[in-house]
Amino acid sequence: MKTESLLEKTFEKGTFAVTAECGPPKGSDADILIRKGKSLLGWVDAVNVTDNQTAIVRMSSLAACSILKSLGHEPILQMVTRDRNRIALQSDLFGAYALGIRNVLCLTGDHQSFGNQKEAVGVFDLDSVQLLRTVKDMRDSSVIIGGESIQGNPKFFIGAAENPFADPVDWRVVRLGKKSLAGADFIQTQCIYNMERFRKFMSQARDTGLTDKLYIMAGVTPMKSVGMGRYMATKVAGMDIPDELINRMAKVPKDKQADEGIKIAVETIEQVREIEGVAGVHIMAIEWEDKVPEILKAAGIGARPV
Amino acid sequence: MIVAELKEFDEIREMIDRYSSVLVVGCDSCVAECAAGGTRETQLLASALKLSYLKDGRRKVITEACIDRQCVDDFIDVIAEQVPDHEAILSLGCGAGVQALARVYQDKPVIPALNTLFIGETVLRGVWTENCLGCGQCKLGYFGAVCPVTRCSKKLMNGPCGGSIGGRCEIDPETPCGWDLIIRRLTAIGEIDRLAEYVPPVNWSTSHSGGPRRVIREDQKP
Repeated sequence: MKTESLLEKTFEKGTFAVTAECGPPKGSDADILIRKGKSLLGWVDAVNVTDNQTAIVRMSSLAACSILKSLGHEPILQMVTRDRNRIALQSDLFGAYALGIRNVLCLTGDHQSFGNQKEAVGVFDLDSVQLLRTVKDMRDSSVIIGGESIQGNPKFFIGAAENPFADPVDWRVVRLGKKSLAGADFIQTQCIYNMERFRKFMSQARDTGLTDKLYIMAGVTPMKSVGMGRYMATKVAGMDIPDELINRMAKVPKDKQADEGIKIAVETIEQVREIEGVAGVHIMAIEWEDKVPEILKAAGIGARPV
Repeated sequence: MIVAELKEFDEIREMIDRYSSVLVVGCDSCVAECAAGGTRETQLLASALKLSYLKDGRRKVITEACIDRQCVDDFIDVIAEQVPDHEAILSLGCGAGVQALARVYQDKPVIPALNTLFIGETVLRGVWTENCLGCGQCKLGYFGAVCPVTRCSKKLMNGPCGGSIGGRCEIDPETPCGWDLIIRRLTAIGEIDRLAEYVPPVNWSTSHSGGPRRVIREDQKP
């Protein structure tokens, strides 16, 4: 064990790990977050707290992590490099660890032009790979960028994202390797709808030895409706939803589409579980966190901790 | 070269409205190449302004002039005799040209007629693209002569983000993914191995993050 992370402990035990995304509210109402958090309690090994996802201003990930931790969750602090420079990022890493947060997911973040502050400056002082290395250097060498030593090194369990469906396709596994070398311990993938392409990605990851170095968690997002499916397929960066899945949703009457979306998510979990090298599943039920227990139960994944 | 665009006519007119005489000054270097502020554009803008004031029945002295390079004092001298006869200068130079005129003619208001955009190239007649941010640490040799700082919307140094689809950037399908270009180019020249290496954080202190920059060359001083 490199860290005190409960997520790392779950992986070390060889248990199929479960994480879910919990998006902080657009405002200061902590009760919204607490309600979402409670619905996930006892069902996940760790909860991802998004950092102003899709560049929409929300409650800070760090504050939300702290609130969720007080509920009994094991939070994963998502950190994007879009909004903060290396001074702010490193400072927040210190603060997060001091507050008891043990996992961090290093991301670049969606471009600010997607969000509700389109005129903002995009910082991008670091990229996600450089942030990974920064967190690793803090943990393993007790230094910040530039090499100065620090008092009390944060020992984070370090995560990264990878999108098996983005282009150039042959580059994705190279980038996965880069992230592993830079410091990633675990990976959460983009939502999987194109199972064939995900299988190919995993087989490339196995062939390059990356599944021995990284815990790879398969990303799953239940579709609420065919409209959401179409929106994601056309408007969300880096999504790959095959037409057959959209058609399958479209064939179902409107009031039954949510059930069909959940069914697809359950089937996806069952399928990824069978793929060698998949160490867990990461459920991103966007503004639908209360459905996560139902999805997990149906997929035969029981309550936590195991 | 510096690429710029003419501002909206109404914005220009509003800015010069308060002056009774205006010297409209073009620049025949970069902004002429991008058809924003050369002799031809200067004449067109001056004529449009004259017509517009004439139509409103307002007297306004509008004179046009063009300088080879608004950003170099030796060239700026060309308009020295015309300046005193005008209340203000309307510059069709880039931001550097506007500020150079203001430094030389300290008692004159200098109004920009252009929005200065970027350092770029003419890729086709009528098409200019941005490809240098002037970061002060050129690493083009590592990236197949495609700049990740400029041509990746997120300035990524370690490969494409998850939003690159079909060679297009996530921010706009009209924008090519800079990393797709880098990978193609390095593959074509047989140097794709360069990308496996970790690229450490960029030193931005040589860019504008380090404050306004200057170059001093003793060997070039008079």
